[in-house]
Amino acid sequence: MKERLDRQTIALRVAREFPDGAVVNLGGGIPALAANYVPEGRTVIFHAENGVLGFGGIPGSPEEENPYFLGANGLPFSALPGMCFFHHADSFAMIRGGHIDITVLGALQVSETGDLANWTFPERGVGNIGGAMDLAVGCPRVIVAMEHTTPRGQLKILKQCTYPLTAARCVNLIVTDIAVIEVTGEGLVLKEVAPGWTPEEVQIYTEPKLLVSPGVKEIEL
Amino acid sequence: MKSKIFETFAQAVADIPDGATIMIGGFGHAVDKPQNLISALRDRGVRNLTIIANSAGAAGRLGIGSLGGKPFVDEEILVENRQVKKVICSVPASLVMSKPNAFEKQYLAGEIELEYVPQGTLAERIRAGGAGVGAFYTPTGVGTLVEKGKEKRVIDGKEMLLEFALRADYALIKAYRADTMGNLIYRGIMRSFNAIMAMAAKVTIAEVEQIVPTGEIEPEAVVTPAIFVDRLIEIPGEKQL
Repeated sequence: MKERLDRQTIALRVAREFPDGAVVNLGGGIPALAANYVPEGRTVIFHAENGVLGFGGIPGSPEEENPYFLGANGLPFSALPGMCFFHHADSFAMIRGGHIDITVLGALQVSETGDLANWTFPERGVGNIGGAMDLAVGCPRVIVAMEHTTPRGQLKILKQCTYPLTAARCVNLIVTDIAVIEVTGEGLVLKEVAPGWTPEEVQIYTEPKLLVSPGVKEIEL
Repeated sequence: MKSKIFETFAQAVADIPDGATIMIGGFGHAVDKPQNLISALRDRGVRNLTIIANSAGAAGRLGIGSLGGKPFVDEEILVENRQVKKVICSVPASLVMSKPNAFEKQYLAGEIELEYVPQGTLAERIRAGGAGVGAFYTPTGVGTLVEKGKEKRVIDGKEMLLEFALRADYALIKAYRADTMGNLIYRGIMRSFNAIMAMAAKVTIAEVEQIVPTGEIEPEAVVTPAIFVDRLIEIPGEKQL
């Protein structure tokens, strides 16, 4: 088995997509880790859907944790100058209204055309939509951060999603443990591969035909 | 003017009848949930309730959303106690799949109803309910199971779904500080669904960490104006904050 990137490294690669000054909402799991890897010299304003904008990282010690400063993922955050709080209708006005530049979400499945399925699968019989549908529809740029296949080796990048959709045609970029893939009008374009991987090997784990970018390169770590 | 302040949580919920529609505030964290009012409603034992909330109780028992992972009270205790007929929410199931909550057990057994609402649509339906707006169109949910049975319309070149306002008989909410008139302010992430549900119910009951004399909250700082709040109760032992 070839080596795949770990979750932290996927998050590191994702964070390079944040331009200076971007307003970003991170979903739970791998996406949340991207907060730790904002490239030096850039300032990113983080939004959490439970009503906070411009918050800082997880406090260094339990004594500094504040019960009133907990993000949508349940983790404590620290205060930054300029941070602000608001209620849910305003929070989702920011999301739906296109005021959050980028969202990073986990996924169970992504289709060739950028359809996203990330809130449940049929066997569970129930699931949590949460804020995912609003984020996927409202944010101008949707980045998926996930492992390329399931723990059992099932493919997750498919011609068509088989699980209930979060939103159709919403994903712009897929960052996985073996590749970086852009969703375009022509199809999925393979831009980067993990160290030691070839485009042909990434294709084996990807159902739709990948268009290999002429400039395809190794993910820089 | 009649005082809005109640002495016990039991008294504050004493007239909630069987079959009531109840909004329960907060996102799902320990500090944003009206934990004492939820407990009082559980103790009251009324049944066939319709609950409108962000969640059906997905995290409290697991201690997700509290410092140190300490468990706290959320909607799950009402579901567990078989008081709930239907939940309208965005997060019905447990946040940890291997530890199912009371709602999903009853739902999978066909014993409780669910209306899935994306979180932003839920917030806007509540806001609309409070603001006297009947319905609105939103792009959220198009092409998903949420669109089932809903009117669809293209607005500005974008497909949108018609979503109707939500109102309730009672709203149970949490705030940080009230004055004796009922003006509310919040702390940190507490506003969440609390500040919008306050406007969308016939009777809004707020549990707060402090009640201060009217005049002590700066007018510019008020988030929920007092006319939205019908009953107030102070959480014992929280005054020192």
